[in-house]
Amino acid sequence: MEKTASNINRRNFIKLSGITGAGLMIGLSLKGNNGVGQVANLSGELPAFNLTPFVIIEKSGTITIFNTSPEIGQGVFQSIPALIAEELEVSLDQVTIKQTGGEKQFGPMQFAGGSMSVRSNYTNLRKVGASAKEMLLTAASQQWNVPVTECRAEGGKILHSSGKSAGYGELVEAASKLEVPKSPKLKDPADFKLLGKNILRPDIPLKCSGKAIFGIDIAVPNMVYASVAHCPVFGSKLVSFDDAAAKKVKGVTRVETCERIIGKYKYPAVAVIADNYWAALQGRKALVIKWDHQGNETFNSKTYEQGLRNLSKKEGVVAHNQGDFDTTYKAAPLKLEAFYETPVVSHSPIEPMNCVASWMEGSKLEIWASTQVPGDIVDSFSKAYNVPDGNLKVNVLFNGGGFGRRLYNDYIHEAVQLTKKIGQPVKLIWTREDDTQNGPFRPMTFSAMKGALSADGKAIAFQHKVIAPSLDASEKENYDPNKPDGTMTEGISEQKYEIANMKNLYVYADSHIPYVAWRAVTSTTLAFAHECFIDEMAVKAKKDPMDFRLGMLTKESDTKNVLQKLKEVSNWDKPLPAGWGKGVAQYEFFAGLGGYVVMVSKKGTGVKIEKIYAVIDLGTVVNPDTVKAQVEGAAVMALTAAIKSGITFDKGQTVQTNYHNNQLVRFNEMPPVDVHILANGGSTIKGAGEPGLPPFAPALCNAIFAATGKRIRRLPFDINKV
Amino acid sequence: MAIYEININSKSYKVDVEPSMPLLWVIRDFVGLTGTKFGCGIAQCGACTVHLDGTPIRSCSFPVSAVGAKQITTIEGVSANVDHAIQKAWIELQVPQCGYCQSGQIMSAVALLKAKPKPTDADIDIAMQGNLCRCGTYQRIRSAIHRAAELI
Ligand code: FES
Ligand code: FES
Repeated sequence: MEKTASNINRRNFIKLSGITGAGLMIGLSLKGNNGVGQVANLSGELPAFNLTPFVIIEKSGTITIFNTSPEIGQGVFQSIPALIAEELEVSLDQVTIKQTGGEKQFGPMQFAGGSMSVRSNYTNLRKVGASAKEMLLTAASQQWNVPVTECRAEGGKILHSSGKSAGYGELVEAASKLEVPKSPKLKDPADFKLLGKNILRPDIPLKCSGKAIFGIDIAVPNMVYASVAHCPVFGSKLVSFDDAAAKKVKGVTRVETCERIIGKYKYPAVAVIADNYWAALQGRKALVIKWDHQGNETFNSKTYEQGLRNLSKKEGVVAHNQGDFDTTYKAAPLKLEAFYETPVVSHSPIEPMNCVASWMEGSKLEIWASTQVPGDIVDSFSKAYNVPDGNLKVNVLFNGGGFGRRLYNDYIHEAVQLTKKIGQPVKLIWTREDDTQNGPFRPMTFSAMKGALSADGKAIAFQHKVIAPSLDASEKENYDPNKPDGTMTEGISEQKYEIANMKNLYVYADSHIPYVAWRAVTSTTLAFAHECFIDEMAVKAKKDPMDFRLGMLTKESDTKNVLQKLKEVSNWDKPLPAGWGKGVAQYEFFAGLGGYVVMVSKKGTGVKIEKIYAVIDLGTVVNPDTVKAQVEGAAVMALTAAIKSGITFDKGQTVQTNYHNNQLVRFNEMPPVDVHILANGGSTIKGAGEPGLPPFAPALCNAIFAATGKRIRRLPFDINKV
Repeated sequence: MAIYEININSKSYKVDVEPSMPLLWVIRDFVGLTGTKFGCGIAQCGACTVHLDGTPIRSCSFPVSAVGAKQITTIEGVSANVDHAIQKAWIELQVPQCGYCQSGQIMSAVALLKAKPKPTDADIDIAMQGNLCRCGTYQRIRSAIHRAAELI
């Protein structure tokens, strides 16, 4: 992503952040550094700056740290400020954490996605904290006329060996006049007090007392409520509507049309506006709407899936080619083929889509939302609704789950259009039915797999052909199906297994359903085919699936470390009780690297999950407990996607409507997950939020094969009847 | 429309609403207590769980007209300083992720501990299976309920 910066003058900035009087403001200058932040000071009398101010220390001693990553449950409300606080030598209870809302001066990284937050900020933000600390140290040493080496920073104070001390607030004025250190010295990780430690998250007490404010909790003066009807059949046109009955519902004030915009799709919608939400819902029930389905009313999953199977006979576009797959495969002594299928699934965060938007005179717009992408909202909505620079304010609240759903602004578009039409603040809330039926969804992928082994059971040729609709095509009008599409072949050519001959392919399937990223994106379906098929190859080679994998990893790699760690923590070589089976899988992709060993036992006609061991490789970890929570949760989400209904279509619409028929794994269905973190340093930091998903289903299904001899090649499956 | 006098967290509120309006919307939009959440509207997710005379109910599927003189407790009424044993255990074990389901989870757990101060895993399974968590905090909830039982 390209970094951009704009000119902000100091007065504007001070007003914007609501501080008065001189203070120390330290941030990153993003200008001309190729995206690498340069620490800069905004406190002096400099007229204009390209700067991302991340920390402000006021004379009063108040310290504010700005968090640019929306909190969606992944713990960035702790992990991002901790990067600054660690180097600044303050604890998180000494600072106020403020969530940024896409303001230009906070730079282009204002989003939560791709498991990027911590790793993209790790060094830059530490430099910000370290620079501020060095300036405070220098200010103190000058004031006391002592060598700076005799001073140290601790708990928001500078201390001198003589016992003298001064709070940061007392020193900021002097510090703000100093040069920003060019290369501030970062702490030795051995001295870390916050990073790498299980520090309590500051948002958690709020979330245990009902005090955390989510998007849906916002109320502003003079606000009305809206519920929006969309056509259940995807791709329909609005012909007409009769709102006479709706308007008779007490509390209903208006009925207006709006447009749901998602990716390349635009869907007509009819909104009922009322002075309370319940009335809006009742009014909506009374609407009579005529839609033109345009032939889409016959669309169904069964026919579409058969179409995917037929398409698998096409060669497809080459995603990756090494060695000579075709010749090797043809001549190989041992070969196998298999076809894998996965479902469409929903994100279903428990907080439904909602937004409060207020259009004010002079083309001013304010938005309050649970969103993963405030930066994108500021950029794209200013353009779409002609809001002049600086007139659009976005307030990011705690997100009641993201999982990729809140990377998309369809519900925000609706609220903005409605407030613009009626000139009053609007609170729009989708019902659970709206969320379940309208998507957007994770697409299904089907996979045609081929593998070949030498006579002594070594993998010599491998092919993963993906047949699926495309995420990219869902975004773009001018999608070219003849070009490679990385969104649909994610990770399949990046696994570390040393197989000399590999040719991976993608066959594009046309679609009119809005498909989007879901937590861990396409890796969540591709890993299932990929790692179950590796297992099939191991069986064909008559080798232990763990040894077979490690045998293809002769060079040192993080993947090898993950598998070895899994082997160790799961006691892989220890014989299991009768009726049990174990399975292993790993997957490396853009977000990071994780793996599982799952153990199951036969239970009646199905299986019971007995044990789940997870290993996630991060390189460097900021909050181990938060990472563990992410992996625990990812396993639950992956189990839901593997064994619950998923989303299906019939008569042009989504069959599932709410949690009763689009079920999630419940409390009593989830065994504990034993999570282990690899953090052995290294040059890259990997993500935490997503890597726990992709390898779960294949590890589970490989375990089921080991226990029962039944190879599961289609998700979802019934765990009580395998 | 009708006027109802309802008691929430030992405070009395007068609201003028449709008798069929679910208690959830009365609590959120009329009384202004937003800790109780909307997730499904059909008693499937438990995000809206409150206590009616100490018993957990799904307020999204409970009409305001049925409340009568019974006492309602919401997450805001569990403790003044976030120091109920369940809340303390929740913080100690860092249960919430996004946190959206947690008001409901806590209301169910508080009621469980009142009924069974030393719940077994089976008791916990029964008490908690009506509360969905999309973030997948189930295993921490289980540990935290056991921990809270020690703290009481
Ligand atoms: S909102 Fe009441 S149970 Fe889901
Ligand atoms: S903590 Fe996010 S839904 Fe439970």
